[in-house]
Amino acid sequence: MKVLGIESTAHTFGVGIVQDSEPYILADSRANYVPEKGGIHPREAAIFFTNKAHEVIANALRNAGLGLNEIDAIAVALGPGLGPCLRVGATLARALSLYFKKPLIPVNHAVAHIEIGKLVTGAKDPLVVYLSGGNTLIAALIEGRYRVFGETLDIALGNFMDTFVREVGLAPPYIVNKLHQLDICAEKGSKFLNLPYVVKGQDVSFSGLLTAALKLFREGKASLEDICYTVREIAYSAIIEVAERGLAHTRKSEVLVVGGVAASPYLREKFEVMTRLRGVKLLIVPPKYAVDNGVMIAWTGLLNYKHGVTIEPEKAFIKQRWRLDQVDIPWGR
Amino acid sequence: MIKLTYPGVGKVLYLGAEAAIILGELWGLKVIYKIRIPKPYRDEALDKQIRSLRTKNESKIMILAHRLGVNVPSILFVDLDNALIVMEYIEGPLLRDYLNKLDVKLSCKIIGDVGMYAGILHKNGIIHGDLTTSNMVLSVREGKVYIIDFGLAKISKSIEDIGVDVHLFLRSLESVHFNVKDKLFKCFIDGYEQILGRDYVNEVLKKVEEIRLRGRYVEERRLRKIEYEL
Repeated sequence: MKVLGIESTAHTFGVGIVQDSEPYILADSRANYVPEKGGIHPREAAIFFTNKAHEVIANALRNAGLGLNEIDAIAVALGPGLGPCLRVGATLARALSLYFKKPLIPVNHAVAHIEIGKLVTGAKDPLVVYLSGGNTLIAALIEGRYRVFGETLDIALGNFMDTFVREVGLAPPYIVNKLHQLDICAEKGSKFLNLPYVVKGQDVSFSGLLTAALKLFREGKASLEDICYTVREIAYSAIIEVAERGLAHTRKSEVLVVGGVAASPYLREKFEVMTRLRGVKLLIVPPKYAVDNGVMIAWTGLLNYKHGVTIEPEKAFIKQRWRLDQVDIPWGR
Repeated sequence: MIKLTYPGVGKVLYLGAEAAIILGELWGLKVIYKIRIPKPYRDEALDKQIRSLRTKNESKIMILAHRLGVNVPSILFVDLDNALIVMEYIEGPLLRDYLNKLDVKLSCKIIGDVGMYAGILHKNGIIHGDLTTSNMVLSVREGKVYIIDFGLAKISKSIEDIGVDVHLFLRSLESVHFNVKDKLFKCFIDGYEQILGRDYVNEVLKKVEEIRLRGRYVEERRLRKIEYEL
């Protein structure tokens, strides 16, 4: 069984092709929208996707050495994400499904991040820490749903980091030599300043920290490097603390870190210390599959398809706010 | 881990997210040593600040709650430098592990008591900060529920903080006891209302709804109801 998956929730238009036996991943083709300034402009990203889509799909099929008639089903990420971006992938997927008479499979982007993480790391029943530009949450699969044990009450960790470095003039580019600008800047600081550390139960909050840090920067009362250091220490420590709380609460023996922010070596270091002390296994998705990609959509689509989850193309609306814990996980019952 | 020089320290009952719960003895009593362990993944200054502040906070608030008649373990001794609290030992299972084993009537009664205690706390400006069924113990001896772990507690009467407390409790029901969560939440509110009155509780529930919708990707939060047909 072979499934083609389309990802277009934010800045990546990705197409992956997978099958249900080794080597599982047959093709992985991507086009990344990089804004010239500021953050993602949804319309600009969507136009970029529209221009690139045919190349990316053709590339994936060529790399897999397959024609569309050899594909069993089309999977697409219907959410959560940015409306204009999601619509490009959804429109294409519906068209392919109707024209080539292939079943259409709806995929939740967050579930896909987790499932591809489980595939490439071999995690079995992990506490999931999902950290990306748009998501910060702690979840675990219990009786057929990913239950959310903690999340951000306002902005996501990646969004927080990006906004901070942009506002203080360090970005774009946000990533240099695979390191986030916040990590680079923080390495030059050492003094811990007085900024708010907010953990509410199992939830975190970053908007207060962002405001206070930017205020401190604009007042010029501390060096940018020390502010970076403090901000990073607080943000990462808060994540580790709620992850540790999630572990205590669920008693899982594995931690799986997924999403684009998982790539930070400094965050990894903190996770390593915490998991070693608790005696649990740490699994971090390698950067290639931690960021948005089509393979994860195809893989989750395949799991869905095997459990009979499909959708009529005329009902395949995008869902910008499709929460992780709203999705039935038939293979997790 | 910190080297404790206290006599009577026994075995580690539970290694929590931030503290070790150690069963021990003090003045011939069975007690709990709750010690906040230094976290090597945190900046040292941040770590010390968090541990010492939370220890001070927790013991002060527990003493206040005890005085108000809420079932909490009695505080016997506090050492801020070692981030240590010595308190009464409540023997029994965590509500989290036991709730699903109880019949609905009894679990409703217990959750109703939790609602009353939450009401008393909130009425007196105490926010628990981590009000989940993992932080409640069923006392075997008395058959009563005790609220534990005031590690994230604070003094506040703001409706936002009260709402977050109730929201966290609701979420703990959703995540671990989802089969009976609606019924149990009603039991909680019944007890809660006895202390705070209906009008105020309605105000709190409105806030809880708002907090829930503030979460990421909540469907009801969509500002415009548009079905995108392409």
